[in-house]
Amino acid sequence: MLNMSIAEIKNHLRKFRVGIAGAGGLGSNCAAALTRSGVGTLVISDFDVVEETNLNRQFYFTDQVGMLKTMALKENLFRIDDSVSVVTYQDKLHKSNISRIFSGCDVVVEAFDKPEMKEMLIETLQAEMPGTPLVIGSGVAGGGNNEAIRCRKIDDTLYICGDEISEVTENMLPMAPRVEIVANMQANVVIEILMQKK
Amino acid sequence: MKILLNKRVEEFDKDSISVSEMLDLKKFSFRMRIIKINSILISKEKYDSTIIRDGDDVQMVYLMSGG
Repeated sequence: MLNMSIAEIKNHLRKFRVGIAGAGGLGSNCAAALTRSGVGTLVISDFDVVEETNLNRQFYFTDQVGMLKTMALKENLFRIDDSVSVVTYQDKLHKSNISRIFSGCDVVVEAFDKPEMKEMLIETLQAEMPGTPLVIGSGVAGGGNNEAIRCRKIDDTLYICGDEISEVTENMLPMAPRVEIVANMQANVVIEILMQKK
Repeated sequence: MKILLNKRVEEFDKDSISVSEMLDLKKFSFRMRIIKINSILISKEKYDSTIIRDGDDVQMVYLMSGG
């Protein structure tokens, strides 16, 4: 990215397709960062609707409460850049549809809430799309403790963003700053991978 | 034997151990996790039958709820 103009970077990123599994706090904010950076196509999967309690951290607005997250997010991304292509899926993801939905993606971002879903996505994608880098989020809850948040590369196909400790519980809820830091870290890994790709 | 566990050297008295034995010996009790050995993901059902040997590169990631 050294010595490249923003237009040149966008022109390069335009060629790529990024999958986002889940459009909650991680997925919606990550999608916004990738759209602003110029990624050409986003494949976004989520079956939920926007709730008022989501607005403390997710990239939605008060007048979108009740809308499908995929539809609301598409609308918001087009307001950033109407040249982005957004492919949406409202099906719940399971072992048998994951690789069909994300086939052709250059990178996939894991942005689920439940650890069982994270595990299922990671196991399925690493087995069925073995060369495709996967960027997962783990440990986003609470506030403060900036220094614990990190990004770790396991190998060329697996990256972890988050503190890998802070679980969402009744006493430790997710809030905008830490969720958005991790979402943007995931986007930053995606950009780094794509900038090295021809 | 010596292995790399999350990029740190770990020594065990035996020549080889299963993934389940390693988890017991290290007292890793948190159950939501993924494990890769030499970049190959090992699914949960294979923790008993997958053997870790000298020189293996083992990486473990905890999956925390929230996203």
